[in-house]
Amino acid sequence: MEKIIQLFILIPLLGFLITLVIHRFNEKLISFVSFTSLGISLALFSGFVLFWFFNGAPVLNQKEIVIFQTANYEFLLDFYFDKITAVYLFVGTFLTFLVTIYSRYYLHREKGYKRFFNTVMFFYLGYCITVVSGNFETLFIGWEILGISSFLLISFYRERYLPVKNAIKVFSIYRIGDVGILLAMWMSHHLWNENITFLKLNNYELVHEHLQNHSWVGVFISIMILISAAAKSAQFPFSSWLPRAMEGPTPSSAIFYGSLSVHMGVFLLLRTFSFWEHQYSVRVIIALLGIVTAIISTLTARVQSSVKSQIAYASIAQIGLIFIEISLGFESLALFHFAGNAFLRTYQLLVSPSVVSYLIREQFYNFIPRKNIAEDSLPKRIQYTIYMLSLKEWNLDWFMFKFVWMPIKNVGRKMNFLNFKAIAIIFSIILIGGLLALHYEYHIPYKIHRFLPEMFGLFGLLFVIKSFTERKNVFLSWTLVLMNNIMISLSVSFNEHFAYTHTLLYLSGIFAAGALGYFCFIILKKREQQIDLNQFYGHSYKYPRLAFLFLLACLGLSGFPISPTFIGEDLIFTHIQENQAWLALIVSISFIIDGLALMRIYSRLFLGPHIKRFHDVGFRSS
Amino acid sequence: MKNNQLNFNEHEVLHELKHYLPAQAPLKDFIHHNTLHAFQHLKFYDALKNASEIFGYKTTLSLNDYRVLYSNGRINNTVLDKVISDKKGISNLVEWKLKLLQQNYDYALDSRIGKLKANWKNLYKFDMDAMVHPMLFRTVGSYLDQGIAIWNFPIHHKGFLSSILELERMSYGSIFNSKRVKKLLLNNEHSIANLLNILIGDETLYAQYLYDQQFAHQGWSGMVSFVEDNPKALLDPKDISLHDFIVFELLLEINALDNQFGNHWKPLKETIKTIPIPLFEPIKTTELKEVIMLWQDSFEWSYYDQVLAGIKLSKSKIEVKTSKSFQALFCIDDRECSIRRYVEHNDENCETFGTPGFFGVEFYYSPKNGKFHTKLCPAPVNPKYLIREINTKGNKDNDAHYSKHSHSLLSGWIISQTLGFSSAFKLAINIFKPTMSPATTSSFKHMDKFSQLTIENRNVNQKEGDLQVGFTVDEMVVRVDALLHSIGLIENFAPLVYLFGHGASSINNTHYAGYDCGACSGRPGSVNARVMSFMANHKKVREILALKGLVIPETTQFIGALHDTTRDEMEFYDEDLLQEKNKELHEQNKLNFNKALHENSKERSRRFILTNTKQKAEKVHEDVKLRSVSLFEPRPELNHATNALCIVGQRDLTKNMFLDRRSFLNSYDYRIDLEGKYLTNILKPIGPVCGGINLEYYFSRVDNQKLGAGTKLPHNVMGLIGVANGIDGDLRPGLPSQMIEVHDPIRLLLIVEHFPEIILKAINDSPETYQWYINEWIHLVSVNPIDRKLQIFKEGVFVNYKPQTEELKTISELNTLIESTEENFPVYLYNN
Repeated sequence: MEKIIQLFILIPLLGFLITLVIHRFNEKLISFVSFTSLGISLALFSGFVLFWFFNGAPVLNQKEIVIFQTANYEFLLDFYFDKITAVYLFVGTFLTFLVTIYSRYYLHREKGYKRFFNTVMFFYLGYCITVVSGNFETLFIGWEILGISSFLLISFYRERYLPVKNAIKVFSIYRIGDVGILLAMWMSHHLWNENITFLKLNNYELVHEHLQNHSWVGVFISIMILISAAAKSAQFPFSSWLPRAMEGPTPSSAIFYGSLSVHMGVFLLLRTFSFWEHQYSVRVIIALLGIVTAIISTLTARVQSSVKSQIAYASIAQIGLIFIEISLGFESLALFHFAGNAFLRTYQLLVSPSVVSYLIREQFYNFIPRKNIAEDSLPKRIQYTIYMLSLKEWNLDWFMFKFVWMPIKNVGRKMNFLNFKAIAIIFSIILIGGLLALHYEYHIPYKIHRFLPEMFGLFGLLFVIKSFTERKNVFLSWTLVLMNNIMISLSVSFNEHFAYTHTLLYLSGIFAAGALGYFCFIILKKREQQIDLNQFYGHSYKYPRLAFLFLLACLGLSGFPISPTFIGEDLIFTHIQENQAWLALIVSISFIIDGLALMRIYSRLFLGPHIKRFHDVGFRSS
Repeated sequence: MKNNQLNFNEHEVLHELKHYLPAQAPLKDFIHHNTLHAFQHLKFYDALKNASEIFGYKTTLSLNDYRVLYSNGRINNTVLDKVISDKKGISNLVEWKLKLLQQNYDYALDSRIGKLKANWKNLYKFDMDAMVHPMLFRTVGSYLDQGIAIWNFPIHHKGFLSSILELERMSYGSIFNSKRVKKLLLNNEHSIANLLNILIGDETLYAQYLYDQQFAHQGWSGMVSFVEDNPKALLDPKDISLHDFIVFELLLEINALDNQFGNHWKPLKETIKTIPIPLFEPIKTTELKEVIMLWQDSFEWSYYDQVLAGIKLSKSKIEVKTSKSFQALFCIDDRECSIRRYVEHNDENCETFGTPGFFGVEFYYSPKNGKFHTKLCPAPVNPKYLIREINTKGNKDNDAHYSKHSHSLLSGWIISQTLGFSSAFKLAINIFKPTMSPATTSSFKHMDKFSQLTIENRNVNQKEGDLQVGFTVDEMVVRVDALLHSIGLIENFAPLVYLFGHGASSINNTHYAGYDCGACSGRPGSVNARVMSFMANHKKVREILALKGLVIPETTQFIGALHDTTRDEMEFYDEDLLQEKNKELHEQNKLNFNKALHENSKERSRRFILTNTKQKAEKVHEDVKLRSVSLFEPRPELNHATNALCIVGQRDLTKNMFLDRRSFLNSYDYRIDLEGKYLTNILKPIGPVCGGINLEYYFSRVDNQKLGAGTKLPHNVMGLIGVANGIDGDLRPGLPSQMIEVHDPIRLLLIVEHFPEIILKAINDSPETYQWYINEWIHLVSVNPIDRKLQIFKEGVFVNYKPQTEELKTISELNTLIESTEENFPVYLYNN
């Protein structure tokens, strides 16, 4: 029975790969392959779930497909099936199935028909991997796919400014969520000394025994999971991304941001429930977070004058309630609530254009003019204040900008004076110094040695911040990302003496992707003469293939699960020791900004309004 | 705007600015109009040049598009040669033709708008729009909202700015973070000039800055300006002005700068290095523009020429049958062009007419239980009458999925766990078996079939507000008389005269109002058809008409009906009033209509690639009906796409031509109007209605991003008044790409059957009418009724025209043709 679980991944994977190679004008075949693979998945699931149910609905776990192994490290894939998986898989497959049929007509003649189906299939693949995953590593693969496909779906209309801008915005929040998982994985490696499976988390004695002596470790892991879940489910203080994700064609917004994507945080909490079940402080925090979100989003939803943002905030509020339900331990209620909310919001978003005729008709027959009451009273003042705050979305968007992105940009701006040459020199000095230090490591006094990893990590962080804020030189920005990766490997090298193969595994992917990136730049520069990062250039209009190639380079470089760097990333983290919180923090911030810097380069060069105006190009405000 | 204006005259600048902003009504009253109405005082090509240079609009197809059209044969080589020779002289033909076909041009589109405001980004490294637009749009959107938000803008009766002022004064927070800005507002120091002084400092630049600022979001600005001028366009009235909107935006701008730089920023005048070129400075022409112009002319005349040749070639009158089986009046709408062809084909003895679909009766309509009145006549007309619906039978359905309760916390908790599951079910059903639902906009819901209408006024004092309820007999006489004369139906009345209003059905369609009858202000024409039939059947009316010489036999009955152009369905009103004999005839005619409807939907389906046109007509018709209720169908019908012609004359002129649903058809008999009295009235609305439709399609097609609404797939409904992309985009006026993608951007060709001097007199009746033709926004051709000699209107006079096309293919069997391609057809002669 366990063996069947992997089919839930293999079928969408196959479907995705086939849609990739069909010609873009062959609309019929593209949609046919999509909904057939979804249909097969749905049929298979239905059959399987009946069988499973009549066998007493056991918890299934398919053990450990080892992807990479060394003496003290293993990277395993593990699949898992229980009630939560069943519900999520059903809702996801059912909705995606309907939406692929829906989009077959809806997207007809749309430029990017193929791209849409590719991305939807890719998203669904990520979704399936996540929900059937049996350990954090497998889950993380799915999680990353969800992030990238979300970016691509939001920026589906890549020739306009706002979709691209908002895609980056959403991606940056997702990235914060990713790091939550990375850090949770890092700490749990140290806690269990293995890649813990979700199955084992159900073992109360085991969890209890491990957490007894490391209660703060338990809290740390739980909080990281919570951050990740909150970011993905648009909970406080991350809520403002969800309405902004509604930039793609309505069906994709409906299914992904109305229902599936936004409930992944809920899934993560349900999946790890047995881990933090007995950490009451954590449960209180989750409940509080849910309450705050529910209240703020309900108020915000009430003042929205656009249909989609109203549905988005209303959905967030319900998810806040689901968080509360989970924290109280009502797993089944939460699942039920999830399914209902997902269906309802999908449907509401899909029929959202109908709202005009429907509500205007309502208004025509039922309108009651409002009365004006002039009064100056305390309740009135409070009411106005809340209205104004809700209109400003409780400043959440501004808050993220001011306290997260502005400081990074300011640090970057301080380094504006550094040009390519200066950076090359500085980097060489640090690198040579670092390598020498590594070679003569035993001669370095402990007092200095213990700070070396952090020091090199910090250099790496500065490089990547510089990369993130570079406005002119594309090559420099790209090179800085590479430098950052080298610095991180260097920094971890001081930590533990592990085989060079680890570093090699990590860097091999990076260098291959790096070279591919340079190749793309050279071609682009040859054709367009001037390339920089000062604005969006939208070159994908003219060079869609090059854009795709460069996207692959970016994904490779950012440690996406298509390159060995992905495993390397996990490896690097295992080499950070459990008492090196600072190093872990530096490296994880590096990873966040690293991914953002790459997506920024990709977006600026290839997305946004096309710089060549021989065809119609949208307004910036559109 | 005058150049080098030294003093800033706020009133004047705002007045002109409003003129240039898009003038699109809120969604419920979608009314087609010339997108570049502000340039209509210029010649067409000058207007295109100006609009493109100043505002950066793309106003024609691109050079490459024309070359592709040429290589596909859509642009005719002979016509091309003729156009070039006419414009450039025959000696320069070779040189210019080479330019058109081969020369490379740098056709980067650059515009003057936005250059001044761009200095915030260039000099201050500050992205003003990103800081200001979201809050600006959200605030004005909430203020104007017609019923999406659960919690409305708390203060609304005082005007936009005063409401914000009140909100600021009464709350503990503020929209603005800058204390200075809040003070400016509270202390009443927020005149536009004062705020611009803080931001710019140089009075000569103010006007240009305001243009830059407002055209950075022309959608919202246009909506504000429209609502200011037409407060009745919103059911829930909102008091707003462009002035208030600009003040609010200026305050937000100062606020954003204060936030970013504190007190350390200077007005633009102190940092600006080069003064950008003033917006309305004269514009130089370029060779590329001339090349494009020649291409566009050739593209247009390649089509027109066939049509004109067809008029020359098609058989003129064969026989005059005196007794007709029935007569049917349809709207002039281009969508009715083909159904008329089928109805005529199915019954050789019938006769069809075209006339604007409000049938000459102008009034407000108040459906049963309605809280408002709906205007049912062309938009510029202001009727004095009211028609009420009484004694209805049907009930209105509701759908809880649209309930706002699902957006609040606790009821949402319950709803998501109950209704949530039924919505999964509903979605699945709609995907596999679409059906009508309460959310479907259906033309048949406009008026209850079995209701009664208050049409006759027996007491002039019976009023509602300033509106008289119903028409008096004398008022009816005037209207019936005018209608019948204008279409030339004054004798040989058949036993049954049908009046077909038209409307459309769709679901999930924000632009639904644009699909209904344009002559009824974007509503179905059923009420008008019924009202006019009532009048023409009225005994006293007929008596008076008979005295005037217009005799309608007693056996003749008028019957109101509605044709749904999306579903190809018809509904007839007051059938029970028919005489026994007519009832029988009516049943027979219905068979004809039904057949015509099947055939018509088959013809339409050739454009719907996902529908199999090769099936039997009945089967295709079923598929076409399904489209109108499918949530996932962004093209329930194609509306006016491909419209290109307007023909005013007798049916014989084009009866034997296959015009591929591209023509507005207005019946007119010159013989009863030798003076051109009725012609004047017919031509008056052609410009704003047909020309407006044609040009809106034209501009939405050539620049779907800036002048159209872009693809409708990501649209988000804002406040029930407009659509935007995502949640913080600007409103998108114009037509979505799904409506215009098959449209050929060519101007309207108006063909009038009368003597040139009479036509000249008719278009000279008013300067507004004349402007359309003299400035070449519409091409005008006269057909001499005696010998069908063609003359085109050029620079104020009619000159002879000889078609280049010498023969046209004749077809007699339509099915094979229709199944052959989804592309535009050339003109064929049709052997009826």
